[in-house]
This record gives sequence, C-alpha cells and structure tokens, in this order.
Amino acid sequence: MSKIPAYYGFWYHLGSWLLKTSSWLVLLFLIMPILVIIPLSFNVEPFFSFTEGMLTFQPEAYSLRWYSAIFSDDKWLLAIKNSFLIGFFATLLATVLGTCAAVGLARDDMPMRRLITALLLSPMIVPLIITAAGMFFFYSDLGLAGNYLGVIIAHAALGTPFVIITVTATLTGFDYSLARAAINLGATPLRVFFDIIMPLIRPGVISGALFAFITSFDEVVVILFMAGPQQRTIPRQMFSGLREQINPSILAIATLLILMSIVLLITIELLRRRATRMRGIEQIE
Amino acid sequence: MSTLTRTEASQASSARNKKRLTAFLFVVPLLIFILLSFVAPIASMLWRSVHHPTVATLIPLTLSELQRWDGKTVPDQQTLNVFAQELHSLAKVRESGKLAEEINRASAGMSSVVKSTARKISRLDSQQLAQQGGEILLKSHRKWSRPDIWFAIQRAGKPYTYDYYLTALDLELDQEHGIQVREDTQIYLQLYSKTLSMALVITIFCALLGYPLAYYLARLPENRANLLLVLVLLPFWTSLLVRTTAWIALLQTNGVINSFLLGIGVISQPFEMLYTSFATVVAMTHILLPFMILPLYSVMRGIDPSYLRAALSLGARPIPAFARIYFPMTLPGLSAGALLVFIISVGYYITPALVGGTDGQMISNIIAFHMQRSNNWELAAALGSLLLALILLLYWLYDRFVGASNIKLG
Amino acid sequence: MARTLTTRFSTFALAAALGTASFAASAEETLTVVSWGGAYGAAQQKHVIDPFQKDTGNKVLFEDYTGGVAEIKAQVESGNIQWDVVDFEVIDLERACSEGLLETIPHDILPAGIDGVPADKDFIPEALASECAVGNIVWSVVFAYNEKTIGDTKAASISDFFDTSKIPGKRALRKRPQVNMEWALLADGVAPGDVYEMLSTPEGQARAFAKLDTIKQDIVWFDSWSQAPQLLNDGGAVLVQSANGRFYDAIRQEKKPFVIVWDGHVYDLDAWAIVKGSEKKDLALKFIAYATGSKPLAGMPDVAYGPTRKSSMPLADQSAAPHLPTAHLDKGMQAGSDFWADYGESLGEKFNEWLLK
Repeated sequence: MSKIPAYYGFWYHLGSWLLKTSSWLVLLFLIMPILVIIPLSFNVEPFFSFTEGMLTFQPEAYSLRWYSAIFSDDKWLLAIKNSFLIGFFATLLATVLGTCAAVGLARDDMPMRRLITALLLSPMIVPLIITAAGMFFFYSDLGLAGNYLGVIIAHAALGTPFVIITVTATLTGFDYSLARAAINLGATPLRVFFDIIMPLIRPGVISGALFAFITSFDEVVVILFMAGPQQRTIPRQMFSGLREQINPSILAIATLLILMSIVLLITIELLRRRATRMRGIEQIE
Repeated sequence: MSTLTRTEASQASSARNKKRLTAFLFVVPLLIFILLSFVAPIASMLWRSVHHPTVATLIPLTLSELQRWDGKTVPDQQTLNVFAQELHSLAKVRESGKLAEEINRASAGMSSVVKSTARKISRLDSQQLAQQGGEILLKSHRKWSRPDIWFAIQRAGKPYTYDYYLTALDLELDQEHGIQVREDTQIYLQLYSKTLSMALVITIFCALLGYPLAYYLARLPENRANLLLVLVLLPFWTSLLVRTTAWIALLQTNGVINSFLLGIGVISQPFEMLYTSFATVVAMTHILLPFMILPLYSVMRGIDPSYLRAALSLGARPIPAFARIYFPMTLPGLSAGALLVFIISVGYYITPALVGGTDGQMISNIIAFHMQRSNNWELAAALGSLLLALILLLYWLYDRFVGASNIKLG
Repeated sequence: MARTLTTRFSTFALAAALGTASFAASAEETLTVVSWGGAYGAAQQKHVIDPFQKDTGNKVLFEDYTGGVAEIKAQVESGNIQWDVVDFEVIDLERACSEGLLETIPHDILPAGIDGVPADKDFIPEALASECAVGNIVWSVVFAYNEKTIGDTKAASISDFFDTSKIPGKRALRKRPQVNMEWALLADGVAPGDVYEMLSTPEGQARAFAKLDTIKQDIVWFDSWSQAPQLLNDGGAVLVQSANGRFYDAIRQEKKPFVIVWDGHVYDLDAWAIVKGSEKKDLALKFIAYATGSKPLAGMPDVAYGPTRKSSMPLADQSAAPHLPTAHLDKGMQAGSDFWADYGESLGEKFNEWLLK
C-alpha cells in the first residue's frame, strides 16, 4: 500500500480489524443456522434443541431414528417422489422454452425487447401469494388444479426466468455473423442451433435448468393453494409439519436437503468457471 | 456513401423485418406459455376483485323488486314476501348459507340473522310465505326492518363492484354519507404500513450487514474471496423451508439460543422470540442477505482500489475519502440489492406464516387468510391487486435503474 | 448429431409418457380420508384405516387437517375436490351441512352392531342427528397443566384458567372463537345452560370478549390440537387447551406429568362426512359404514374417546373408562352445533378483528 501517512496508521488498523471481525460475524450469521440443524437431526429425543447428552458427546444421545422414520413413512416417500417428478418435468419444460426465448432475446433485432424481457421475467418478481391465488382461480376452472399437470405447468412458469437470465448471460458478446455464415454455407437452422449456439450456451442452459429445478423443488405456496394431497411435495410436507406437529424428521430431511444444495452449489460453480473460460472473457464477479 | 435506390431500401427493410420476425419467433413459444400459465391467472384474479355475481344469481327476483324501493324505509310488503320465498327455496337446497355469507360481507353480523331466519322459514311452506312472508320475516329478527340492511343487500346484488377495494382500503359506503373511513375496525391500511415498514427494516439490516462484508470480500484476493463467497451462496442455495426450520430451532422457547443463554447463566427466564415480528425480521434478513451481498460485491470488485489510494495519498482523510469517492461508486450495487430485497420482502409469505405469530404477519398472510380461512376470495383478490400494483411499481423502478435481466444469481 | 438428438428426444418422450401413466395409475381408486393426526390419527390408522385397507383392498390416503370448514368450502366452491371423507367436529358440522358443502348420508347403510342390535338402536341418538354425517366418537375440549411447571397453586376450575394472579404464566388456546367464547362466559359465572343464549346477543359477545381481554396478553395461540401437548411439555404455556385424548395419550404413552382439569369441559362428537361432489362417493359411503362399525369404534377408547355405538364398549379397553368424557358430563356442557352454524361466521370475523386489535 503506497504512502499512507503515518499519523492515521492506528485508526487504519483499527478500521481494518473492525471490518474483518464484523465480516466474519456476518458470515457466521449466514452459515451458522444451517450448520446447527445437522447435529440436531441426530437427536435421539423428539426435540429441536441440544440435550445434555449431545453436548457432552454421549453416543447414546445420538441416533438415526428420524432418518429411518422418513424412509419408512409413506407420506414422506410420496413427497420425495413427487418433488423429483414435478421438478424434473417442470425443469424440462422451463429449460426448453426458456433457452429458445433467450436466444431470441439476445438478438439485436428483437422487437420490443425490453418490454418482453420484463414480462417474461415477471414470474420471478410477482409475490408467490398473488401467483398462487390467481392460479388457484384460473387452474381450478380449467380442471388443472389438484393434478400433476397443473403443478408442473405452474412450476415451469416460475422457473423460466432463471433459464432466461443464465442463458442470456452466456450469450452476451455472441457474434451472430457466425450463425449467418453457417447458414450461408448451407447449414439448417436446427443444425446451427445445436452445433454453433448450443456448445456456447450449454453451461448457461445447465445452470438455468438447475435453477429451474431448485425453484420447483423449493416451491411451496403454489403447492399449498393448488395441489391436492396426491401431489404433496417435500416442502409442503415440511410446511405442515412445522405448522402442526414439530418433530425432528423435518430436521433429518432438512439435513438431506442441505447436502443436496452443497452438491448443486459445487456444480453451478464449476459450470460458471467453465463458461467464463469458454468465452475467454475475464469476467468480474 | 451513396443514396439507396428505392428497391434497395425496401429490400433492406424487408430483410430487417425478416430478422426481427426470426428473433420474435424464438420468443413466441415462451411468450404464449407465460401468457396462459401466468398472466391469465393473474388477470383472472383482477377480474374476480371487481366481478362477483353470486348474490345476483341467488336472489334475482328480490333484487328486481328492490329496484322500486325508495331506499329510505322498509321495502314494501311484496318485496319482503318475494325475499321470504327466495330464502325458503335457498334453504331447501342448502344454499341459504351462501347468501348469508354474502350479505354478511356487505353488513357485518348479518350472517347469523340470515341463517337463523332461513332455519325458521325452511320449516314453513311456500304458500304461506307468499302471503305472510314479510310479516314472518320482520318478526323473526328486528334487523330486517332496518333500511341499511336492504341497502346492503341491494349493493351486494350488483355483479360489478368496487366494494372489495373499499374494504381493502378500510373504507365503507354509507347510505347517507357516501364513501367514508370505516369506523369500527381499521385493519388493512395498518397492515400495509406495517408490511412496508418491516420490509424497510429488513432492507436496512441487509444493507448494514451486507455492505461491510461485500467490501471485505471485494478487497481480498480473488481465490480467497471465491472461497468465502461459498459461505454466502450456500444459504442462497439452501431450501427456504430449511432456513426457516433452522430459525425455529434457534428461536424456540426451549430452542438453541435460549438453552445456550440459560446454560451460561446470562438469563434466568427464556426469551419469547419465536412467533413475534422480531423472528420474522431476523429470519427474513438471513434469507434475503445474499440478494444484497451479490450485487454489492460485483460492483465493488469492479472498482479500482487505486482511486481510494490516490485520494489517501493526496492527503484526504480516510472517512471523507470513503464517503465522497468510494461510496458513490458502490451506489448502483447498493440500490440494486436494496430494491430487490425490498420487493421480495414486501410480498413474502412462508417465513412470516411460520415464525411470525400474530404480530409478525404481513399483507401476504392476510391474503392467504382470506383465501384459505375466511373464504373471502374477492377481498383476497382486491388486496392482492393492490399489492401487485405496488410490486409492479417497484419492478418498474428496478427495471429502469438496474435492468430486469441483471438480477444476480450468484 | 441428428440421430443422438432423436434418441434424446424419444428418451424424454418415453419418460414423459411413463410419468404420466404412473400419475394416472396412482390417482385411481385411492380414497382420501382426512382427520386430525396426532394420537387420534394414530388410533384411527390402527383401528380403522389399516383394517379397512386390508379387508377391502382399497387404498386410503390418510391426511391431516386442523379443522374448520374453510378448506372444504374452498374445494367445493372452486370445483376442485381433493378430499373424499372428513372427520368433522360436530361444532362445525351443522354449518358445513347447511351451506351445502357435504353429501347426505343415508343412515340405512350402517350395519347392525356386533351383538345384532340394529344401527339406529345401537348408536347414541346424537351420532345420527345430522343427515350429513355419522358420529364416531364423543370427545371433549379440556385444559391441562404440567406438574413440573405449574408451581404450588394448582388449577382446579375454568375460572383459574382466566385468573393470572392465581396462576401466572402463558395460556395456550386454539385460534378460533369456538369453545373459547364458551369458556370466557363459564369463567365469568354464566351457567352452562345459558351460555349459547347469551352468546346470541351483542352484550353476551362483548362480555365474552371482555373476559378474554383479561388474559389476551398471556395467550399463546396454536392452530392444531397436536401442538398442544408439545406446548405443555416444553414450557411454552402453563395451562393448555386441547382435546382430552391428546393429553391422555401423552400421560399414558409418554409418561408426561400432565393433569387434566375437567371443570368447564365442552364435549362434542366427531363425525365422518363426505365432501360434496366427491367422485368416490360410493367408496366413501362404504368407508363410513366400515369405520363406524362396532369393532373399529372399540379402538377409540385407546385415546380416551368414547365410541358412539353401545355395542363397542364391551370390546374396548376398560381401563380408559374413567377418562372418557362421558364419565365427567356433570362438570361440562355440550358444544352447540346449531349455534355455531348460525354464528360461526360472524363471530369468526369479530374474533379475528379482536385478535388484530
């Protein structure tokens, strides 16, 4: 550090120290609540807090009973199956539609781009309670409430904005003359899409799909309003558990979800780095 | 550059149109999908907030009789007879409950009057009611002789109405004085202002906690910063329900924090933290903090530290140098993060519902209440429409200053 | 490239088709039965749901709810029927029935008792009073305290519940006007026989709210009966309202030091009803006829709820007899189904406004 006058060296160091300490406290605030859940899920007692045995590390204070409770309960099993099923199809729909739209939106000659972008991204901004209420009225009239198709469509709509954002990000700086050149050389538009555009946007598509999946996987308000008992998902099951009968099975499932988010986070991070490398742009983020 | 001939110009413009069409065709499938699956439902909610034909279909004859009514006294005998007959036939097919509920919305406390009257009338036969229905009605409850009740029934019978917006704004339509502030209870305006102030508090907390951390991370070497960013991104990627569960475990009466404080002897009685607005604010700050940190960090990374260094080496004092030079440069990130946090927290539902108790509820919770508990869907739609208008205004600001597609996803 | 693409798409299409097929299959002939969860739900699972599935081969999705008519009303009015059979508190039943939210149930589908007595003689009269439902248990809303947290002065009467100087600490109540309004008047000295007459007047309602006001700051509200034993256990409240069976189960199964106070208890029936418009009405009727048979009902005293068939009692666990609501009728009053049918809505509204004040 160049030429800092000596007379405020003390204040400068104090400031840096304060900054460092407060930053670490904030990081602790962010991460601690999530880490606390993990040991609690091994509690042998049906409580949400540490028992004396746990604090003194008695082996008999810990158990896997809440994990086995989940995997022997039909409702949790149905919820797990539903979450993955709905998530899979909603992601599929959102990714196909969203990628296609992002390619169009990224073109310079897109008419009314700003308005359409704002409209297509609005499912991310409009409060879920409003979306859910509207969907409850509209989908009930169409006979789409209380079945898988309705929930999948609803979740796909909520997931598309994320696909648009991530795919658009990988398309910034894309030179469309490449695509035009290929067409002039006789390539079909489909071929151009899959051979030229797709390799470039693949990281964006995959991370968009992951976002869409997690959006569906984590969504509970629309499910609460629109889904029937047959479409109960993990978050829905957690919601009613937290409202009605608090029991550490929820902590066990929460721990499993944390593990899943760690895996997803690592995947996304690797994809992001790869996208940056592929575009050869030193991205500042 | 030579001027274009007319043909050249038209070729160029048709080529341009073709390109525009191609670009548009890529977007069309999603556009249609979003219009049908997302925009149409919201439009149906807006429609429901002003269109409500239930009463008009339940008692059409009474309503057409009421057209002759002067509005000042009890309606004439014939009107009352017709109403008694209609109520009788509704009670027979078990629809009088629906009517009771509708009239109750227009005039609170009427549902028990309508229901108990319907119960009495349903035992009589309709011949008798055609003759003496009015008398029986007036005898069964004194409220039937009040003109304001009939005014309420007449209003409830209009298929198009703005009454739910009046209720949502704590107003009411008085027969004599027109629109005025509701006397007995004012709920919704208070709730809106509470929601906005809680969202503001959450935004400020996020800024206060997020700014120093983003600054600290931005000054670290890139590798180390990326490593620490994982600690910010992990909560971001963790299920909302998981994070809310975590706060329940922490804040409960015999939860982790209370047991810890009791254990080390700082307190002798556990704090009541869960099911309060405090719990809502803390949990939501935790949940929304990454939305503040990410745009701030991204902006701060882009600022060349030599600006500040130059100012310092030119003899500026650190705090003024920071305030005048560095802080203004971070404003785009700060406003992006703050707007996003504010927008999200204004419409939040799940976390307040689970940790907020009675005083930590926000406007979304009352919408859910009218959707699921009181079954007043029209009022829920009106409250939702007002919330939507507020959100769209904020979204418009966000799009103008930040750009909708610049939302940071980590 | 083109080939891999086709393969990929057909894989997706196949997955989609399989997925759709599996949804369709799982939606078929599964009866959705909704009840209260917790100890009561467990007893029903054991004595009603499981045997029904085994004996008839039909599949039952057994769901929990927290009572009230709102969810059923939303389903009926939106035409989006999710539930088939619901276990109602009779306090809410008449309202749902008079609003046309329930199917009528012909009582001749009910089989004779195991001892051969015809159904209409075997059931207690209250169980068959409604055309919309068949009563299955007699239960009661009571309050209880925890020996470990109560202190020296124990609660003995309903007025103690409203007396924070005698017994300081939080009270937990279910968030609704039903029973709470009755309790307020009982504690204020109104005779059980006069409670509903008084609650029909604005003055009586004001009096009940005024009494509730005296402990408003000390009330912890909960939504579901199953939360109640937990609140009493973890010290969230000193005096907790719940269904008698929830406390009984916690005392008996988990050896909790809870003591039930029977003074001022409000007893009621629970009854099985069918949601209007259910697509599986026939199966639902079959279920109700089964569920209200002598044998399934004989399992209900496990959680201290009285069966509505006389023929069930000899088959039941006799040790529960002194803990059934019927053993304490002199100290309580019956919940008014007709009253709450008429006043449920307007008092519900007043109650919510009172909460927000």
